[in-house]
Amino acid sequence: MAKEMKVGCARPTGGPVGEAVIEATGGKTQQPQQKEVRQMVTVGKKAPDFTAPAYQKGKFIEVKLSEYLGKWVVLCFYPGDFTFV
Amino acid sequence: MSVDSVFVHKMWNDHELSKMVKGGVPFPMLSDGGGKVGSVYGVYLEDAGVEARGRFIIDPDGIIQGFEVLTPPVGRNILESIRQIQAFQVVRKSKGTEATPSGWKPGKMTLKPGPDLVGRVWEVWKTKMAFD
Repeated sequence: MAKEMKVGCARPTGGPVGEAVIEATGGKTQQPQQKEVRQMVTVGKKAPDFTAPAYQKGKFIEVKLSEYLGKWVVLCFYPGDFTFV
Repeated sequence: MSVDSVFVHKMWNDHELSKMVKGGVPFPMLSDGGGKVGSVYGVYLEDAGVEARGRFIIDPDGIIQGFEVLTPPVGRNILESIRQIQAFQVVRKSKGTEATPSGWKPGKMTLKPGPDLVGRVWEVWKTKMAFD
């Protein structure tokens, strides 16, 4: 599933993948179209896909959320390593 | 997932978390430098440059069934997360024909919404069941 990553000196990074919801704002005014990229996170809606580098059991891997389709996933965010709670 | 690099994740796991959990953290510790993913999920706190305690339950179709977001100083209740997952699994298995009332735990009764149940929940579900 998740493939192992070669790591160099650069910090591995990931980010959102796939289409963002592009919403035109400003209605029917003559202003140049202002586009706001906003991805909706709501219950009952698709979880936005992303890739992220990860550490798991001695290995650096790359994780893609959509590779977990078919399984229940708990995605947890937290403020930081070596903090207290 | 946090804004820390995978290198810091390794150090935290090896030097602290593995002393709390035998064998260390079993699941992937994800890195989100810059909070790009956290921003999309609405949990990146720009001023502090960190992510709030967001927890998202995602079903096998990739649909978000529930989430909870706390500010940093208060920790989560893991058992409540597990209870919610169990409830969502029961509902999914029933193909939406059953619902879990307040206070539901595995083994407790579910509700089968339909015309016969309208206005009659009070007959089958008692308030104390929310607390036991």
